[in-house]
Amino acid sequence: MEFILDHLLTLILFSPVFAALVVFILPGNQVKLIHWVAFILSFIPLFFSLILWFVFDKTQAGFQFQEQAIWYTAIGSSYHVGVDGISLTMVLLTTLLTPLALLASFSIAEHVKSYMFLFFLLEMGMLGVFLSLDLLLFFVFWEFGLVPMYFLINQWGSEKGEREIWGGQKVRARTYASIKFMIYTMAGSLGLLLAIQMLGVVSGTFDFPELLQNWTSLSGTLFGMPINVVKSIAFWAFVIAFAIKVPVWPFHTWLPDAHTEAPTAGSMILAGVLLKLGAYGFLRLVLPLYPVEARWYAGALAFLAVMAIIFGALASYGQDDFKRLVAYSSVNHMGFVVLGIAAAAFASGTQDANIALNGAVLQMFNHGLSAAGMFFLVGVIYERTHTRNLNDYGGLFPLVPVYGGILIFTSMASLGLPGLNGFISEFLVVRGSWPIFTVYTALAMIGLFFTGAYILKGLKQVLHGPLNEHWVGHLTEINARELFVIVPLMVLMLVIGVWPAWILDVINRAVAGLF
Amino acid sequence: MQFPILSVIVFTPIVTGLLILLIPADRKAETRVAALAAGALALALSIWVYFAYDVAAGGYQFVEKYSWLPSLGISYYVGVDGMNAPLLLLTGVVMFTGVLISWGIDDRPREFFAFLFILATGVFGVFVALDLFMLIFFYEIAVFPMYLLISIWGWKVTREYAAMKLTLYLFIGSVVALVGALAMYFVSGMGTFDMIALESAGFSPTFQRIWFPFVFFGFAVLGGIFPFHNWSPDGHVAAPTAVSMFHAGVLMKLGAFAALRVGIMLLPEGAKFHMPWIIILTLVNVVYGAFIASVQSDFKYVIGFSSVSHMGLVAMGFATLNRTGMLGAGLQMFSHGVMTALFFAVVGMVYDQAHTREIPRLGGIRKVMPLVTVAFIIGGLVSMGMPGFSGFIAEFPIFMGLWDGEPSQLWSSYAWVAIIAAISIVITASYIIRIIGKVFFGQVPEEFSGHMHDVSALDKVALVFLSAILVIVGVYPQIMAPLVESGVDNVLRLLGGA
Repeated sequence: MEFILDHLLTLILFSPVFAALVVFILPGNQVKLIHWVAFILSFIPLFFSLILWFVFDKTQAGFQFQEQAIWYTAIGSSYHVGVDGISLTMVLLTTLLTPLALLASFSIAEHVKSYMFLFFLLEMGMLGVFLSLDLLLFFVFWEFGLVPMYFLINQWGSEKGEREIWGGQKVRARTYASIKFMIYTMAGSLGLLLAIQMLGVVSGTFDFPELLQNWTSLSGTLFGMPINVVKSIAFWAFVIAFAIKVPVWPFHTWLPDAHTEAPTAGSMILAGVLLKLGAYGFLRLVLPLYPVEARWYAGALAFLAVMAIIFGALASYGQDDFKRLVAYSSVNHMGFVVLGIAAAAFASGTQDANIALNGAVLQMFNHGLSAAGMFFLVGVIYERTHTRNLNDYGGLFPLVPVYGGILIFTSMASLGLPGLNGFISEFLVVRGSWPIFTVYTALAMIGLFFTGAYILKGLKQVLHGPLNEHWVGHLTEINARELFVIVPLMVLMLVIGVWPAWILDVINRAVAGLF
Repeated sequence: MQFPILSVIVFTPIVTGLLILLIPADRKAETRVAALAAGALALALSIWVYFAYDVAAGGYQFVEKYSWLPSLGISYYVGVDGMNAPLLLLTGVVMFTGVLISWGIDDRPREFFAFLFILATGVFGVFVALDLFMLIFFYEIAVFPMYLLISIWGWKVTREYAAMKLTLYLFIGSVVALVGALAMYFVSGMGTFDMIALESAGFSPTFQRIWFPFVFFGFAVLGGIFPFHNWSPDGHVAAPTAVSMFHAGVLMKLGAFAALRVGIMLLPEGAKFHMPWIIILTLVNVVYGAFIASVQSDFKYVIGFSSVSHMGLVAMGFATLNRTGMLGAGLQMFSHGVMTALFFAVVGMVYDQAHTREIPRLGGIRKVMPLVTVAFIIGGLVSMGMPGFSGFIAEFPIFMGLWDGEPSQLWSSYAWVAIIAAISIVITASYIIRIIGKVFFGQVPEEFSGHMHDVSALDKVALVFLSAILVIVGVYPQIMAPLVESGVDNVLRLLGGA
């Protein structure tokens, strides 16, 4: 027990690697066996993170369970991990969604072994980002996560669809989407990479707490420019990399393609956790490293966030593809996270900022639940109908009443119905940002109206209206395995909606200590 | 007297090579076993040296010195420090895996292995030499067999042309370097070729500034520095698989290492004077090399030009003349060596089955060769500098080295070099992804279905071995970085503790 508590974070971080290796040695043709072994092994990280959740001292700000070991001494980087309330919530989200996503992947039949192997590596990559307290280590995990995701989309993505690329050549939609995802994100990370190198050289270390001190106390000139200019450039390098990942309008164009083409479980993780990496980057790195610049440019950031909220909702409304509709809804919802962060950056230290940040972090968690749920439900109906076109559905409620009920419940959570989780976090963000960015927040509220519109449109097209006779007798009800995936998510949505204090307590302490 | 381990490493290949020539020509199996045994011995000893080297003590270890031609001040003088220990290991690795994947060579394997091993001795010799004459002596030994290996066993279409081009280029380079070496010998007035002694010869700054370009570029030709890189893709492509592995994996490091050992370490003032413009050439190497690689349609040319790009990073690291930059360059030499050996092994295996290297005509290799595909993906990730693999571990410090220093203006610092060079990362990613998508995944063309087979067990051993090294160094850089750092200290001492 002592050992477990001393190395809890390392265990959380590397138990997926262990799981990947176990899966790797299984015989490749035993599909069922691989599914079950992978599913069961994915509970190990969840188990450890639940221990972490309960032994974590919630009354204390700052990082806990820190571990440090030598890794790359020559350039001043070490294996340094730790958690605070923000990362703890994200770790829990990741380890919670992974078993559900794996359960949702039971329908995968091709190359299952590689699929599971990559999935566990992906989990490790995401956990690493949340746990790292070393800037170089952060970047290592940040980039590394791209590789498994690329292959998941490229190999197990949707079979249909073609895209015309320049030169009139046609490629499969999933190939197009995966390459776009990879190159877009890698190119976005270039600035981050260069800025991290510069920070490391200037501060003489990559260890985050130390670097924070050295970097923020710099003055004078650097590279022949005033320090503010250098900091502003580095700030934007960070912001662009994270904004692409979130994604903030106008850097979001990779997202609809990647989400739509990814396999169901891939979309669940992509929307559920991967987008949070960007928002987490804002919270963990941008706000502490660039408090002055963040305040200076907060207005611009808030503007982009509002654009994301409004355009995300409008674009979502315009879709005929159910999965694309859900994909654009992520742009819309993540906009609130960024709005909260921007407001907090502008008015750091005030009560309003605190509320907005609480809302932003909770919104990250909530969106993780509801987006994963929505993508899963899209996957459920797609597996049965092999179409995602909203016009091909219609009036399905009588055929699949249970599924219909679940879809409505999840959509309502996503829409922000009071009593469910989305309401709490969006309310907190709006409440916090209102006194800080009144106009932007008001505009965001209009965006919220469109959110209602597109969600209702989705529901109407799928469940209501005249019954499409084509599906009578062909459409089967949601099965037990699928219920096991969605029910835990629904329970959490309801619990947070009714009694959010248990999770907000953890978040609040960390957020208050951020500045 | 201690066991002369370095001499054993250096002379094992050539002795085996000569012994192999005594085996009757039709006893091919015996030839191969003998070659494998020698490869394994050299690898084992180089691993031993790598781990037995005492990092804390630093300096040259396992030193051996015998007079060879005392009247001219030439001695047989060898030793390892942190800079060449990884390269020794690299040579052992490439030699061993090169033998493994050449198992199937059926056209005069006896002569093939003999020449390959003479080449190996030359390479080992250059890396450990501490005597300038010995260094050049082994250097020529390494270059010469290349001509025969390419022109006899190479790709029939371009082998004569490529062999000729490569040999002439490298000989001209080495002659220029030799002139520089002789100038040092005479001007120092010490009557010795001992490089440790020459380090403290106190050449005048003017002398150093004049002669540095001769020595540096003379050797750097073999390192593929722009604009003298032109021989290398042609040479790589025309060479048979094992020779390409040796060539890109080890020989190019020979050029870079000799440029460091003789150019920068013996003429530090010259290096400080010339590096600010040389770094621009290396920048061209890095970015232009990546661009050219991305438009090739021949699989092997892609890899050939990617080597030009990656070796540019090595030279760039040296050109920073500071600790982090040189550390990165040292690591990059090792990382790139293993990676490119892996690449050429994969290309060779694909070509053996498909009999074409035209990317548009290839496809679906994964279905017949799953392990080869995984190996190429790992190599590809290394090459695009993906964290978690050795390429990142090596390239990151090189970029850090560019940011380092106390520049007063942006344009006098190397920060802008870092920013431009970073573009190559995305270009590299794009062509690697394109190849993975087209060649390894994608549709199997009609003409190949049913004709392709998976590679042999020995090939698989070689691929797994090379891939494992790339991952181990990437995940745990501490296994190599402190060693290289101790070697860099040695260089920095000569540069005036920069």
